[in-house]
Amino acid sequence: MLGEVLRKPDKGKSSGVLFGDHERYVDWDGRSEDPQGSPGGALRRELEAGHSSPITEYTITQTAMKELLLGIFENPVIVYTLLALVPLIFVIPFALFAVWWERKISAHMQDRLGPMRTGGWHGWAQTIADILKLIQKEDIIPSAADRRLFKLAPYIVFAGSYAAYAAIPFSAAYIGSEINIGLFYVIAISSIVVVGLLMAGWASNNKWSLFGAMRSAAQIVSYEIPIALGLLAVVMVAGTFDLQEINRMQSGWFWNWFMFQKFPFLFLAMIVYFVASLAEVNRTPFDIPEAESELVGGYHTEYGGMRFALLFLSEYANMFAVSAVASTVFLGGWNSPFGSFLSGPVLGFFWFLAKGMAFIFVQMWLRWTLPRLRVDQLMYVGWKVLIPFGFVIVFGVGIWTLAVR
Amino acid sequence: MLTEFGRVLIFLIVGALFVAVGLITAWLLRPNRPYPSKLATYECGETPFGDTHIRFNIRFYVVALIFLIFDVEVVFLFPWATVYKGLGWPAFIEMAVFLVILLVGYAYVWRKGDLDWDKPAPSIPRYAAGTGVHEEAHQDGIEA
Repeated sequence: MLGEVLRKPDKGKSSGVLFGDHERYVDWDGRSEDPQGSPGGALRRELEAGHSSPITEYTITQTAMKELLLGIFENPVIVYTLLALVPLIFVIPFALFAVWWERKISAHMQDRLGPMRTGGWHGWAQTIADILKLIQKEDIIPSAADRRLFKLAPYIVFAGSYAAYAAIPFSAAYIGSEINIGLFYVIAISSIVVVGLLMAGWASNNKWSLFGAMRSAAQIVSYEIPIALGLLAVVMVAGTFDLQEINRMQSGWFWNWFMFQKFPFLFLAMIVYFVASLAEVNRTPFDIPEAESELVGGYHTEYGGMRFALLFLSEYANMFAVSAVASTVFLGGWNSPFGSFLSGPVLGFFWFLAKGMAFIFVQMWLRWTLPRLRVDQLMYVGWKVLIPFGFVIVFGVGIWTLAVR
Repeated sequence: MLTEFGRVLIFLIVGALFVAVGLITAWLLRPNRPYPSKLATYECGETPFGDTHIRFNIRFYVVALIFLIFDVEVVFLFPWATVYKGLGWPAFIEMAVFLVILLVGYAYVWRKGDLDWDKPAPSIPRYAAGTGVHEEAHQDGIEA
């Protein structure tokens, strides 16, 4: 029953008009006319058999990269491992850049200059110097801590936030895993981080850590429901969980983006999602789990050196993951805002990053603008404002869709 | 052949391996000179006292319970959202009935004050003056 429901609906959309420019990337890797001969051809046939929907131009763009790699390595595990490393070589420079960027933004908002010396031009090497320092720091595990859980926590936090990247389409040519329940999977896997945070706080055996972890858990589970309701409205419009397919539906000019569909319901859904995602990644104004001025450092009070760096890295990875989901489902992801102008797999990557970075900038901007909420205000916003709004959006979208059917 | 969820597993393994590689690199480079006061629990410089693994505020438990109900309901809504366009109004009305039942519970929880972090204090009836009982407010004032 559930399997039937979850299966990708057969849209039968394969008109060349809709995908416009993507057609010229079909023969991107110079694939021969007869795909039977190459190992990649076998992969394609398998994909065709596995998916109920017909192979479309974009799927071919996506498989082109895999075919190319399969031709070289002839072992799917190696190929998929290489493909799984792609987000990692994006995430690490991104985190290094974002930490520096955040310091510069905060400085300029407060009429300061921020880091200026390290590396020369506007202190660009500041975070690299920081990470080199953190690598050399002594690893301190408090004698009162639960050593095993203390060591395990960074693994769970980072693996959980990194696994969310598996279903995020970076461009028409790259997605980590073509699971047909992508959006649902992202919501589910990103809550694994909570387990890691609770584990870190509990294992530290420190009062600050425990307070931070408990607050963090309560906050993340409270705001998971507005997130799910906001994304549910998108699923109701799109009729699929597949993020690549959701992206394809928004192709064309920017008014095709889901943000402007069923106005104002999906626009409100975006706001609900964005506010709740701030709480999900513990950003100000929802940063009571690691409120520096009252809880020292929250769940990572006892972490130092490389373990702290990894927890920090996964925080930034999470920030980009929620921004990426927002840009994918509401802002058209890798679609160019100007129809087929400046679109294509490589430029799609650029558009996707630009939209994600815009969300990151708003997150930073809010951090240096708004004060921190109190814990009771936090509960109020989550349970009494965002959730009723979420239900109104779901009902509104449902009635609208069925009424104009 | 690897399924698509196998690729998800590869992502999880790559994430964990990255952490391991980072920690091993740090382990090769860093010094290790522990002594008791360095390994003490951080409590702002005070001598730490007591254990942290104690019973915690019941509020967190209530939040978890309410979350569980809503989350299960959202999980039911997601498959419905992909197919309701084809099923039309009957499916919508069925889901609306399901949601309204949930919303009744939501209204109950709201009215009970379980959605507030500081639950409103129960109103304790006070004895009126002249009934032969001490005035509570007066007594409180003395004791405080």
